[in-house]
Amino acid sequence: MKLIVAKGLRKSFGDFIAVDNVDLEVSRGEVIGFLGPNGAGKSTTMKILTGFLEPDSGEILINNIDLKSDPLKAKEFIGYLPEGAPSYSDMNVLEFLTFVGKMRGLNSNLLTTRLGKMANQISLKEVWNKPIETLSKGFKRRVGIAQALIHDPDILILDEPTDGLDPNQKHEMRNLIKTISKNKAIVISTHILEEVEAVCSRAMIIANGKLLVNETPANLEKQFTNKDIISIKVSNKIDSILAKNLKSSINYGDVKIEKVNKDTNKILVSDNKKTLDLNTVLKQVYKFKLNVIEASFIKSNLEEIFRKITTTNASS
Amino acid sequence: MIMKNYLGKTYIIFDRELMGYFRTPLASIFLLVFLALSSGMTFFLGRFFERDQADLTAFFAWHPWLFLILMPAIGMRLWAEERRSGTIELLITLPVTNTQLVIGKFLASWVFTLIALVLTMPIWITVNYLGDPDNNVILISYIGSWLMAGAFLALTSCLSALTKNQVIAFIVSSISGFILIMAGFNLVLSSVRSWTPSWVIETISSMSFLSHFSRIQMGVFDLRTLIFFVSMIILCVWINVQLVQIKKAD
Repeated sequence: MKLIVAKGLRKSFGDFIAVDNVDLEVSRGEVIGFLGPNGAGKSTTMKILTGFLEPDSGEILINNIDLKSDPLKAKEFIGYLPEGAPSYSDMNVLEFLTFVGKMRGLNSNLLTTRLGKMANQISLKEVWNKPIETLSKGFKRRVGIAQALIHDPDILILDEPTDGLDPNQKHEMRNLIKTISKNKAIVISTHILEEVEAVCSRAMIIANGKLLVNETPANLEKQFTNKDIISIKVSNKIDSILAKNLKSSINYGDVKIEKVNKDTNKILVSDNKKTLDLNTVLKQVYKFKLNVIEASFIKSNLEEIFRKITTTNASS
Repeated sequence: MIMKNYLGKTYIIFDRELMGYFRTPLASIFLLVFLALSSGMTFFLGRFFERDQADLTAFFAWHPWLFLILMPAIGMRLWAEERRSGTIELLITLPVTNTQLVIGKFLASWVFTLIALVLTMPIWITVNYLGDPDNNVILISYIGSWLMAGAFLALTSCLSALTKNQVIAFIVSSISGFILIMAGFNLVLSSVRSWTPSWVIETISSMSFLSHFSRIQMGVFDLRTLIFFVSMIILCVWINVQLVQIKKAD
């Protein structure tokens, strides 16, 4: 079931087009990773989806409710963590979550249950009665997540949920997102590509306000596997004749020899069409009685894909 | 049910905001300053004892000038702080209308002023102990003073939505308040009277907090004054709602 359907979203600030004709559909159980360079339009898109900003054109259905015509009803289904996880620093954690819970219309019984759940699930017990202004960045971010989750919404929109967290906290946050993702539609924005690989079922790459890619992380990698590289380091001198022979016997599209130092060389193999096989390449190298000291298969990762897509778009 | 829900959300905002004053030293500092200044002005500048009259004219006469500084101090954070800290994004994405937010916040600051005014009541008791004042006039003056405070606060709240900087909100609100007070000052009016049509003078004068409040102080609480302050509050709240909508994302 589709919980978010957005069509033709467009938003400009003066001459600057922040979001340009973005379509988006998110079903229950999906986690969408919004990727893009700074200023690409991720946050603006999220602000539009939550009803904070009104788009210049386009329409949004939240759980089949038109966000424009019935914003109060539609907003009930959304939990939102704004960028930087703002909260009322003069309140303590319990006061703040109670305030948000009441604004979300929870009755006192349900509120008590949900507060207990948040204290456990988001590990907030130890700071429960502390003023938010005295909390560390990690705890502040958790408080932000807790306020977004307090009413157990169907849709979660998290703007950089792991920004500023240490590696352990990031890991915890990803686990939390994975745990709660089963019956929710979640949209997260991030700069961190490993996060997309770790938690997202779909990656959306956005640059200059345009949605460039909308794929599963696995599919995305598959499409770009032609960027894989095999690198073999040998402790031999390679002259031009040997190089020519190597290139002809290694049956792949692109073979390069790179001099590391006087007696060490690197053979770099890649192919735009065929899938590389390390064993095949190594067999050929051994035929020339070369002394292999290092062999590695460098898989193209999302990082490179992301750079390629966003920089190509920027230059075009 | 819908109405109950509407008022309920407004009350939650109101409650958070009012308690917010007491979570920081702001409330106690403000109340202390207000009590010290209002009684100091009454006894020293207003010559409460020398006048030898059983009324609180010397107390209320200073309220417009006190409010000129103190109401912007209470109201400057209402929206500027929400915008600066980004919590405005939280508020607006909650299932609540901007009108509920603005009204809830405004009422919190207005009720806080009511607390401050209630705390000055010992002076009312004192004047009853010393003589035989017209308590109706005093009650009317208290109501008038609270209404005027409401108008100052609504104006401040409205201007606070224009900026992320509380200090700017404070200064602009004080200046605007000063203009609204001075509009009724004879000195100002007489300087423009020679070359301005009388209806303009009338209009300017009728906008003045001072003219309306002077009438109240004399125990004259006419409908015009009530309508003036109430419509001033409603107008500012309405503009406030529009400004929140326009400026929220800046």
